[in-house]
Amino acid sequence: MVSHDARIPRRWMSPDAGPAATLSSSPLDFIGNLINHFLEWFGELGLFAWQVLRSAVRRPFEGRELLRQLDEIGSKSLPVVALAGAAIGFVLSLESRSSLVRFGAKSMLPAALVYSIIHETGPIVTGLVVSGRVGAGIGAELGSMKVTEQIDAIEASGVNPYKFLAFTRIMACILMLPLLTLAADFCGVLFGWIAETLVEPVSFHRFVSQGFVGAKFGDFLAPTFRTAFFGLIIGMIGCFQGMNTKGGTAGVGISATSSVVLSSLFVILADVVLVKFILVFFP
Amino acid sequence: MMLPEQAVLPAVAESGASTALESPGGKSDGAAVVLRGLQKSFGSQIVLDGITVTIEKGETLAVLGRSGSGKSVLLKLIIGLQKPDAGSILIHGEEITKLPLDAMNEIRKKMGFLFQNAALYDSLTVEQNIAFPLQRHSKKTEAEQGERVKELLASVGMEGDLKKMPSDISGGMQKRVGLARALALEPTILLLDEPTAGLDPITSGEINELILKLEEEHDMASIVVTHDLHSAKTIADRLALLHEGRVLIEGNFEELEKSEDKFVMEFMKREG
Repeated sequence: MVSHDARIPRRWMSPDAGPAATLSSSPLDFIGNLINHFLEWFGELGLFAWQVLRSAVRRPFEGRELLRQLDEIGSKSLPVVALAGAAIGFVLSLESRSSLVRFGAKSMLPAALVYSIIHETGPIVTGLVVSGRVGAGIGAELGSMKVTEQIDAIEASGVNPYKFLAFTRIMACILMLPLLTLAADFCGVLFGWIAETLVEPVSFHRFVSQGFVGAKFGDFLAPTFRTAFFGLIIGMIGCFQGMNTKGGTAGVGISATSSVVLSSLFVILADVVLVKFILVFFP
Repeated sequence: MMLPEQAVLPAVAESGASTALESPGGKSDGAAVVLRGLQKSFGSQIVLDGITVTIEKGETLAVLGRSGSGKSVLLKLIIGLQKPDAGSILIHGEEITKLPLDAMNEIRKKMGFLFQNAALYDSLTVEQNIAFPLQRHSKKTEAEQGERVKELLASVGMEGDLKKMPSDISGGMQKRVGLARALALEPTILLLDEPTAGLDPITSGEINELILKLEEEHDMASIVVTHDLHSAKTIADRLALLHEGRVLIEGNFEELEKSEDKFVMEFMKREG
């Protein structure tokens, strides 16, 4: 049951249970408590993930709600992701140009820009922007539903909230993140070209040809699709924090904030691990 | 509705013993809801400590008690939103405390639940709120579902408010919509959590009349959790007063009024 299967560790739930309270004891106790709370939270997240996974394989598959979430999470995140990608591409182009000119490698600019955007900047920026917009949205929406008993009402009407609310949102995040990354990549390359053209006019076709020279399709596949894992993190943490909200409106605020903070943190950590993984398995 | 002659005699729990109250004749066969020795604690706080009560088909039981006496918890245990620590819950003869989720969801389709604050889905319109259980569980076509929604809204006197959002309607209207949603799947058991809480006396009276009318029309077993003695007197066949986790007394309104138990007298005097 949503209401009592998984609880959030007091540390992240109660506004008065901050680090200061724990710091009054010895440093060893503080570290011990910190590790304890983290493991407790992680275990509860694991149980929550299991509940979601178990519910997902049973009928009905909530296709209509999944489509609604694809629109909510995907289409509505597109403008902000595209804008972030464009800004990164523009700035990267301007900043890289001066460095490359200094070393006489100006012709390398398109390739450097395309490589850095598609391999790292595009995926991580998309992950962080979506964890801000969608993570907070999911945490606040489900948190608000929890404290107003709407999740209980869904459950009381014989609908599994793990599937209807959590699985649909998590799956939408997993499916939309790679597509949003492609949009961010495209805008990044486009605005990188615009920045370059403002200084030294070059056709878009030529810029792209130079950018992708020597590149294979497979080079971009793994970096782009690793964002599906970011989507899993954002959706899972947002739903977990939201569905375990306690304490009224203050609790909703805590859930929204913790969803953003934790999902951003785990997206960055996952990026580090996945980059290493990709370098090993997709050299 | 039960006839007055059928109403159970009052029984006051003996000190230190679990109440074991059953409906007329002590039968539970064919009863809509049977609770046996139900216990529930939150941490060290014992909320329910051996609740035993039976609700027959077509009967309305009002559960009374002070705030925090476990009335709402009792309803949540019956619909499976919480699990009891001990005891059993039989819904139409089927034990539900150990049912897997899929089977529990089948049982839930036979029950309607009106939450204390209506718990309407605030991102959906009134129409979509009532259609929600129909879309999920009924085999009706979209047009038939639409007809059913209109019929339900008409039965609670809100046929003109289909497209309104929950935030645009009053508390009393939200309760009406909640009631219509609870009735969408034609349940055989209706659970009402404080249906008149926070409403003015006129709206409370209207809600009471509506509940009474719907109970008569649908012939459901109902459990009504309330503080409102007037409401309990109007809509219930039987009343059960919870105190210290147990059913302290059970009977019709007059029987509770005549009780000489100190707590019952105090409760009836203050709440009345």
